[in-house]
Amino acid sequence: MTPSLQVKGLHYSYPDGNVALHGVDLTIAPGERVALLGPNGAGKTTLVLHLNGILSGGGGEVRVGGLPVDPADRAGIAEIRRRVGIVFQDPDDQLFMPTVAEDVGFGPANLGLRGAELQARVEEALTAVGMLEYRDRTPHHLSFGQRRRVAVATVLAMRPEILVLDEPSSNLDPASRRELSEILRGLPVTVLMVTHDLPYALELCARSVILDQGRVVADGPTVDLLADADLLSRHRLELPYGFDPTLAAAQLAGGR
Amino acid sequence: MGAGHAHPLYLDGASAVHRMAPEVKVAATVLFTIIVVITPREEFAAFGGYAALLAAVAALARVRPLWLAKRATIELPFVLLALVLPFAGHGERITWLGMSLSVDGLYGAWNIFAKGTLGVLASLLLAATTTTRDLIHGLDRLRCPQVLTQIATFMLRYLDVLTGEARRMRIARLSRGYDPRFLWQVKAFAVGVGALFLRAFERGERVYLAMVSRGYTGRLPSPEGSAATTAQWAAAAVVPVAAGVIAVAAVLQ
Repeated sequence: MTPSLQVKGLHYSYPDGNVALHGVDLTIAPGERVALLGPNGAGKTTLVLHLNGILSGGGGEVRVGGLPVDPADRAGIAEIRRRVGIVFQDPDDQLFMPTVAEDVGFGPANLGLRGAELQARVEEALTAVGMLEYRDRTPHHLSFGQRRRVAVATVLAMRPEILVLDEPSSNLDPASRRELSEILRGLPVTVLMVTHDLPYALELCARSVILDQGRVVADGPTVDLLADADLLSRHRLELPYGFDPTLAAAQLAGGR
Repeated sequence: MGAGHAHPLYLDGASAVHRMAPEVKVAATVLFTIIVVITPREEFAAFGGYAALLAAVAALARVRPLWLAKRATIELPFVLLALVLPFAGHGERITWLGMSLSVDGLYGAWNIFAKGTLGVLASLLLAATTTTRDLIHGLDRLRCPQVLTQIATFMLRYLDVLTGEARRMRIARLSRGYDPRFLWQVKAFAVGVGALFLRAFERGERVYLAMVSRGYTGRLPSPEGSAATTAQWAAAAVVPVAAGVIAVAAVLQ
């Protein structure tokens, strides 16, 4: 089966000479949910911006569902941006249209959808995140958790191959955090979740990848990585006080 | 469309004027205002006719006179300026209640007051019956350059976000004992404005990035919904046409 995402030997340095990616390799199978962990400045965001061709040119290759990311190919990059749905950290950056429905319709409209087909897409995406009744509201009047859910809908409306979430649990209260995890778990898409929230990674993703100093330093079952205290401390990752990943994983397995 | 997004000048309703397509209302308001402005100031009867026309539209839109009057106070600074003219004007003077007033100045004051008030009332009626969102749609359908409508769309969305940011920064300043009472304390405020500008600039970059990620290529999708019908254009044309007839009749008399 063609992997949803295939990254091979990806390098990137910023114009000021800062090297952000040092040869990253990552393959994600369709339907997998993978957490991308790493300290601040590890290159996580840089990697994410390569997935849809916003950054490029440092060497290496990215393929989404088999299609290579090539910013020079305008038609190809439009398809790549449909396939890779990035949910940015601050929903106020993502939601810029005056109403929720118009914002969710922005992506599919860029794909050329119009009229009833567009409306159906908008309703489908808003239903998936349980926000259909807010379709005519202005994003500013929603709670932060609701805005984050609408932001997820804005990329779901493009029927992506892979959903990329940048810190999905940040700034959410515990109830919104749980609601979002229930929604994400119910979505039939491949997910790459960038996060510092290790318990959230354990809850949602069977597999985790640790990125540090522009390199993948670990890739395996989330519970194994989180149980390795040495590995975590070497890469400036910390579990919340009192959190036992093995116990939590057992509870999680029992609860299903 | 746009329900739940109210601005303070919008009066929710379901009248015939509310239901009219925004582009015909914008066109009618602009034409009406132009006719008002080019009417010679001596034609007092014509201005009475224009006021009657606006009153009829207000009645049709179920906008109460008091509601309009309160919001029309925005023109007060201009009216105050007009009040100076009769005293400062040159030429022929008349005496009224012991004050020596310039005739030319009186006409000038009347000119500003009448035309200003009519223009403000017409705009208020447009705003009262059209949501901001629909106004932008209307401008878009009238082939207003997309750069302008896009800027207006973003302003509509981010004004609240920026105000919120400015308020939080102010509260954070006050919480650290900042109490600007003298001019030399204004520095923190000025630095705050600079920080706000930088934040807005950075946010603009992030918003653009998020838009490009969803396939933005320079054009916002054109708004859904049907364009105005001929009947709506005809109905909205009644106001500027009637105003035109009044103007011509007054001048030819």
